[in-house]
Amino acid sequence: MTGLRGKSAIVGVGTYGLGEAPGLSEYEIMTGAIERALGEAGLRAKDVDAVFCTSMQQNMGSLTLAEYLGIQPRFSDSTVIGGSSNLAQVLIAMMAIETGVCETALIAYASNQRSTSGRLVSSSKPDPYEAPYNPRQPITSYALSASRHMHEFGTTREQFAEVAVAARAWAAMNPEAFMRDPLTIEDVLSARPISDPFTVRDCCLVTDGAGALVVTSAARAKDMPKPAAYVLGAAMAHWHRYIANMPDLTVTAASESGARAYEMAGVKPSDFDVVEVYDAFTINTIMFLEDLGFCPKGEGGRFVEDGAIAPGGTLPVNTNGGGLSCCHPGMYGMFPVIETVRQLRGEAGDRQIDGAALGLAHGNGGVFSSQVSLVLGTQATL
Amino acid sequence: MSDAIAGPGAEQTYFDHLAEGEFHIQHCTACHKAVFYPRAVCPHCGSDALEWRQASGDGVVYATSVVRQRPEKGGVYNVALIDLAEGARMMSRVEGIAPEKVTIGMAVRAEVDRSGDAPLVVFRPAGGGS
Repeated sequence: MTGLRGKSAIVGVGTYGLGEAPGLSEYEIMTGAIERALGEAGLRAKDVDAVFCTSMQQNMGSLTLAEYLGIQPRFSDSTVIGGSSNLAQVLIAMMAIETGVCETALIAYASNQRSTSGRLVSSSKPDPYEAPYNPRQPITSYALSASRHMHEFGTTREQFAEVAVAARAWAAMNPEAFMRDPLTIEDVLSARPISDPFTVRDCCLVTDGAGALVVTSAARAKDMPKPAAYVLGAAMAHWHRYIANMPDLTVTAASESGARAYEMAGVKPSDFDVVEVYDAFTINTIMFLEDLGFCPKGEGGRFVEDGAIAPGGTLPVNTNGGGLSCCHPGMYGMFPVIETVRQLRGEAGDRQIDGAALGLAHGNGGVFSSQVSLVLGTQATL
Repeated sequence: MSDAIAGPGAEQTYFDHLAEGEFHIQHCTACHKAVFYPRAVCPHCGSDALEWRQASGDGVVYATSVVRQRPEKGGVYNVALIDLAEGARMMSRVEGIAPEKVTIGMAVRAEVDRSGDAPLVVFRPAGGGS
């Protein structure tokens, strides 16, 4: 696997319609993001020979997207493993590019679920062993994990709230973020309760939004207009689908995907300049900081205290505002990747981390189920 | 035909037991572990030699949440993960106690609730009388 290190690069990223995009279809906002991503790479749709698309609304997303754009690709993929799908597609694209199956991959995601339904759209059939108990899914599954983390490690609601407050402070510096008003720990604790221990402010947003990536070989990336973000490490893991079958509710398979991605990249947690993790709920950030090696297991709650992951803290985490405050169009996995690329290029405006050269983008799918870790770096890290 | 492929399969058998008011779970006769949810093969060892046994009904709360819906959507109720004495884990709810009083580590006992549209296993605090 170390043979894939640095062989592929992200050469274009695009976002479109983050927050609200009323009156536009899923593929219309997706196209907006794609035009921006291709534009960054100096490419047109006809230059793409592999199409990757994940949709919560239809299960043949890459077919629809290719048809929509007039592409007849050599390779196509509509992986659906939840919110980590687009990160998994980066790994699949790397393998396809390195083996000569394709040269230039387009990876896209969009949803207009805020404008069309106003609530989180689920693409899953109800599980016969869960549905009779009416868990509010996916929220209750993550809440059960949070209850266990509180029980085993003494993690507090205030510590969960720290995660939401830090995300909001980053979002305040991101013009694209949907919620940018000030947020306090007390605001989080006193918000509408949803599924204990979570209030609505422990939960991700429901927004519209689209994202797109262009991935090609490192050799071709050299001639592209923008500085490339090289994929130094990539790995996926999953241990369960439904929450009752998660072996230990306080340990995710990110502990495996992260370790393998670091091994491929030849890096360790302390090497990262920026960390972008899928924060569907406040517990996610705490668990991923532990499982991805930024603090010992059980210490995540204490790690995030006193603004440690907020602007000016010790570790920049979710610098775009995350799923909690930037956007969450059903599946958020595309956006940690895009934010990492922007940070590595020095394009993150007021929230830019000076000299960011190595970033971690981590995606989560299902209910702490599928985990995909990507290590991205500038040319200097190759 | 001895090799005819026909049900009921494991999923149907589980719910058939519940319809009779009985809570049965699978045990693997190869590796001797309990299996839940019901499957065609053992997820621990891969054997298909699974047999049904009546569950002891004893369990312990592993994780718990209180779902807070508007009254017309079900109101306030408990959702918990229960570790069965046999070693398997399942989602359920604890009844007979305020939902926020359900705590991790609490000993609970199963019963089959057939009052609704479909039968389901729920739990009550152990030793709390009938």
